[in-house]
Amino acid sequence: MNEDKVIGCEEALARLFEYIDHELNPCHGHEMDEHLSRCLSCYSRLEFEQRLRVHLQEAAQEQAPDELQNKVKALIMKL
Amino acid sequence: MRPYPKKPKMTGMPGDNQRKQWFERQVLEVLDGLYGAALRLTKNRTDAEDLVGETVMKAFKSLDALKDINAFRGWIFRIQSNCFISEWRKRKTRAETPVDFSDEENEEGNFWLFDKLHQPFLLWRDNPEKTFLNDLLREDLVNAIDALPHDFRVVLVMAELEGLSYQEIAETLEVPVGTVRSRLSRARSILQKALWEHAQEQSISAKQTQT
Repeated sequence: MNEDKVIGCEEALARLFEYIDHELNPCHGHEMDEHLSRCLSCYSRLEFEQRLRVHLQEAAQEQAPDELQNKVKALIMKL
Repeated sequence: MRPYPKKPKMTGMPGDNQRKQWFERQVLEVLDGLYGAALRLTKNRTDAEDLVGETVMKAFKSLDALKDINAFRGWIFRIQSNCFISEWRKRKTRAETPVDFSDEENEEGNFWLFDKLHQPFLLWRDNPEKTFLNDLLREDLVNAIDALPHDFRVVLVMAELEGLSYQEIAETLEVPVGTVRSRLSRARSILQKALWEHAQEQSISAKQTQT
């Protein structure tokens, strides 16, 4: 049986991106939740990394050119 | 779980058109995302358009493998990543500087932008992290992604823009999950360092302009 343990900032930092990426197992995820609920510094770090990710995703958004849309439609028609 | 329209037994029948129409609607919904990710992978508009075209073709051919219509987005992004990697392996041009992975666990790799910006005692008055992010231009972020060495850029795009899991990335790249984890960590670190250095340069040149 897995029991949650109390983790410190160092461990929270090592797991931060896996936490953001939803890659932690439920037990480790819960330990992170617990740590983040009582550590303002790690919580601020989490918020920053999440905001940076949103900025990256928004920056990488590109509107597909009309020619590509038409090309894709024609391609599907031919398939 | 909602299934997609079933493949008709005979082609050319009304069911076939219905299937194509459904597929076209799904593709058009995610086309901007596909194209954006393709651009960051290929760094070239023509190649990005070709990649999207090839992805659409392969996706339609393997539509039977899609079991849940709600999973369409992740499914087609995975196909695009596979197409890109296959093409990359075929070309083997490797025009970019080869990446030295020997220092994947190098401590120097752990650059945290947050540590450079965070000032806890200013929290009640100001938020330098927020200001930094708000001041970033789209161009700064895109340039930072494009400047990443190929292998780091690919994992970053797959994880952050395409939303693939570490396992899916590992399968696409045919590397262990641990390698995906360490490349992603390095990619983020290099990217954050580049953004920081760019901001420093901008600030220096702004000061020089003022004097």
